[in-house]
Amino acid sequence: MTDWSSRLVPLARDLPPSGIRRFFDLAATMEDVISLGVGEPDFVTPWHIREAGLYALERGMTTYTANAGLLALRQAIARYLERRFTLRYAPEGELLVSVGGSEAIDLALRVLVRPGDRVLIPEPTYVAYTPLVRLAGGEPVHVPLRADEGFRLTASDLHQAVVASGARLLIWCNPNNPTGAVVDRRQLSALAEVAEQHDLAVISDEIYAEIVYGADYGSLAQVAEMRERTVLVGGFSKAFAMTGWRLGYAAGPEPVIRAMLKVHQYAMLCAPVMAQVAAVEAIERGLQDVAEMVDEYDRRRRFIVYALRDMGLACSDPGGAFYAFPDIRSTGLTSVQFAEDLLVHAKVAVVPGSVFGPSGEGFVRCSYAAAINQLERAMTRLRGFLQAGG
Amino acid sequence: MTPERQKSLLRLLQHNAKLSPQTLAAMLEEDVEAVERTIRDLEGTGVIRGYAAIVNWDRVEGDRITAIIEVKVTPQRGVGFDEVARRIYRFPEVQAVQLLSGSYDLQVVVVGGRIQEVARFVSERLATIDFIQSTTTHFILKTYKVDGVVLEDGDDDQRLVITP
Repeated sequence: MTDWSSRLVPLARDLPPSGIRRFFDLAATMEDVISLGVGEPDFVTPWHIREAGLYALERGMTTYTANAGLLALRQAIARYLERRFTLRYAPEGELLVSVGGSEAIDLALRVLVRPGDRVLIPEPTYVAYTPLVRLAGGEPVHVPLRADEGFRLTASDLHQAVVASGARLLIWCNPNNPTGAVVDRRQLSALAEVAEQHDLAVISDEIYAEIVYGADYGSLAQVAEMRERTVLVGGFSKAFAMTGWRLGYAAGPEPVIRAMLKVHQYAMLCAPVMAQVAAVEAIERGLQDVAEMVDEYDRRRRFIVYALRDMGLACSDPGGAFYAFPDIRSTGLTSVQFAEDLLVHAKVAVVPGSVFGPSGEGFVRCSYAAAINQLERAMTRLRGFLQAGG
Repeated sequence: MTPERQKSLLRLLQHNAKLSPQTLAAMLEEDVEAVERTIRDLEGTGVIRGYAAIVNWDRVEGDRITAIIEVKVTPQRGVGFDEVARRIYRFPEVQAVQLLSGSYDLQVVVVGGRIQEVARFVSERLATIDFIQSTTTHFILKTYKVDGVVLEDGDDDQRLVITP
């Protein structure tokens, strides 16, 4: 018998499994669970986009593409970024089509993190950044976000974190998963000043950029001179309900994108061609679908925030994504206890905030990517659970 | 309530008339009273004409047949198609009457217990109305989608219960 544990790289062996896993295992064994724990749209990819993917298969488009992705797709993404954010990226050299936003994040970290480099990660945040920074050989430095700031990264917190850690790289997502918080353009400008002052590079995960509700949202890369120090990560998963197609992109200064492209060409070669063809259809003719889906999310968002507050849970207004992040500290339970009890006794699945970082303790993430009647039933169950004393 | 909000309210109700005023109010960021009042107004002015379930009759035991009948009409001076349409829609077995552009004029939807029943309605009642030139009857064999709702069983939610 080979002793694999002695062969495994300690970094991989000791990587903690996602805190979500245990809940998933528990919830998966139960019947009649209403899940508010899902981090992806409940919509199916709009039919015209699926049809474009099918048509690509029918035409026999089953080959590799250029490593950076189909030129037509890169051009379409470039047009979109210019229209949406007045950002100009050259389809040749400054854009890379990746296998989901996730791969683009991994690539960016791999080419920007040197062994031992400290990387700032505001938390609570998406679960992948910390392990990916570790795998890239870096040292994650968490920047706690505060509930009284609506879990938004402030310039002073960023400044202090940079000074204290000496970090030269920040990775964050805006709009935020799990809090739904959006840092608006005015606040982005303040962050940009800190980044300029300390020569900070940023991996800006803007996967939820299309799902914003009235906030004055912009890309970090369009603020001041940030384009030159930002790797912008976007994708099709959330906006177009295309999670399973695994298609994202990175846009940034040529030297970074070129380096990422080298890693990508050896490790991944290219993103699946049929997904790329479907993505062209999505970005060129799917934005109306996005607007309709966002309208629907918005109505659910208002309902869930109203319902949560009505049962006595404080909940700040989520400005983007499809998550509400209510404060459950009044129950006296930890996030994990609350989520477990709620699942077992009321059969509603939410994700404990602490899974997304220590500052998420006392909060839970409720996804409203679920039909309104499901949300109504979930809120009724939650209310009953709270009235029964948690 | 603004006209835009009213339209949102109507779309929500058209999709699901069972949403409570409380839920509608939360979704639209309006008072419950405002929602209730607007719904009453919309009912009063005839914008909302009723609330119905979307039924898949194929799943219900028993005879029931639906026919779509194309009707060509000679329009009458002064009243156009309206008088003929009225004569048609007064029959209780008629579910819908619409005036269309194209190769025929009125589309009539008729529901009956058996084919013979519908056939008798067409030959004895419909075709004999003055100014009706001709009829073409189509019997519906299977309904796939109605009022935006697919009647075939879809796949369940394919998503994992919890994902990051």
